[in-house]
Amino acid sequence: MSLLEVRNLCKSYGALTVTDDVCLSVEEGELHAIIGPNGAGKTTLISQLSGQLPSNSGKVRFGGEDITRLVMPQRVRRGLSRSFQITSILPAFSVMENVSTAVQAREGSSFRFFAPVASEVALNDQARAALARVGLEDRTDARAGSLSHGEKRQLELAIALATNPRLLLLDEPLAGTSGPEAERLIRVIGSLKGEVTVLLIEHDMDAVFALADRISVLVYGRLIATGTGEAIRADRQVRSAYLGEDA
Amino acid sequence: MSPRLRNIAALVIFGGFALLPLLAGMLGESFLIVIATRILAFAIAALALDLILGYGGMVSFGHAAYLGIGAYAVAILQRAGITDLTLHLLAAIVAAAPFALVTGAISLRTRGVYFIMITLAFAQMAYFFFVSLSTYGGDDGVTLAARSTLLGQPLLESDRVLFYVTLGLLIVLYLLALRITQSRFGRVLTGTRENPVRMQAIGYSPFRFQLTAYVISGCMAAVAGVMLANQTEFVSPALMNWHRSGELIVMVVLGGIGNLIGAVGGAVIALLLEEFLSRFSEHWPLFFGLILIGVVLASRDGVSGLIRRIGGAK
Repeated sequence: MSLLEVRNLCKSYGALTVTDDVCLSVEEGELHAIIGPNGAGKTTLISQLSGQLPSNSGKVRFGGEDITRLVMPQRVRRGLSRSFQITSILPAFSVMENVSTAVQAREGSSFRFFAPVASEVALNDQARAALARVGLEDRTDARAGSLSHGEKRQLELAIALATNPRLLLLDEPLAGTSGPEAERLIRVIGSLKGEVTVLLIEHDMDAVFALADRISVLVYGRLIATGTGEAIRADRQVRSAYLGEDA
Repeated sequence: MSPRLRNIAALVIFGGFALLPLLAGMLGESFLIVIATRILAFAIAALALDLILGYGGMVSFGHAAYLGIGAYAVAILQRAGITDLTLHLLAAIVAAAPFALVTGAISLRTRGVYFIMITLAFAQMAYFFFVSLSTYGGDDGVTLAARSTLLGQPLLESDRVLFYVTLGLLIVLYLLALRITQSRFGRVLTGTRENPVRMQAIGYSPFRFQLTAYVISGCMAAVAGVMLANQTEFVSPALMNWHRSGELIVMVVLGGIGNLIGAVGGAVIALLLEEFLSRFSEHWPLFFGLILIGVVLASRDGVSGLIRRIGGAK
């Protein structure tokens, strides 16, 4: 049984169909990438899978459970987390607080009104581990809003990791980064293999072909092919639709 | 505001109030204590509002309703022969909580300006309910036979005792609010103000936290209403007029939102300005408005922002 099974998922805005009858399965432990030209509906699909956007029809099963009707926080608590293409952090919080807030969500009740949360060692230790993983351990006390773009991308990833996901939906984690920043993020994502199942959306093709076990191609909301990097490179349909080459 | 600066501000404000009766005694101006008690009661209400406005990003334009609920709890219990202050406080909280729970649950379905308008609408409904409550004087309100009793004794008949009890309540509620904002709960509340989608994406359902904060805030404001009723020994719907709700927002903004002591300071400054400006001109709100504009333009965080800048800290 696949960890994530998507059956006939659809999303449309009026006459515009953004997600068109998508069927997809993500196996436990794999790093599965979704590629497609701009406007193919990749972020919409991630938003549907994460529960942020309701779907018009179709089914989503996660770990054998039908989660189609669950909203985002419920899915996160079951181990399905996402990161955002456009950085989404708590700007007034410190880097540490951003991550430990994510740890707090799965560690005990948040209806505790008196004990100071800043001195909860268990939360801070786990947050520090997630920050070390992405290479932000020296910036724990910085205000998140004051980080550089590359650091914010690292923080975005650390927050998603701190939710302790079984399946991580990464929406263009490299967006806006380049050079050493991008290389660092690619290394971190690569290190997740075998530990966390990842569904990755990314425009950086070198990164995708280096990281992914399997690749699916989304064009105008339809999945036109799924396979290994080799197979996708060779697929005529993909070449004509996505790479713009004549078949 | 840095924790150190906040503690200093709290010490100065609360310490100053604690010494005020001495000063009033020396000057022979016992009326000062009566004014100060009114200021302290409003400071409790402003503190309550800052908890949701500053930390939760919920701009309630209906918090005067809770002042009214607290004040009428005193009037209604007194007529029923119950005079004890602790019972009055308890009744005010027990009455405010369900009102906050129901109106908050509905208001929180909306955001931004719609939230502001719907809280205003609920407060106006409460206002007109008490206007039409003819057994308690309707529009004219009702004069209390006496102040609440404490330990079965009419201790609060002394302005000085009432003053210190109100000050004590303010300090306790301030410390309580401070603890709440630094707790797990407070972190979720503040995080939701910062970025609700991010909070959902790490597994929180913000609604329950916002609603709980709204109820806590309403109950605190009702405590302020109990003390105001005792201070004036008179209860009328005017207390829950929408002007009052606006004044509470002004106090919080003037003092600086989201640090609690700013709201307390804002209440002190706003009411002192009202007291003194009104001696010079009946058009005092005009001058008050100019001062408010000046402060808000000079500092995004009101007076606490100014103090922080003078203090040299970031």
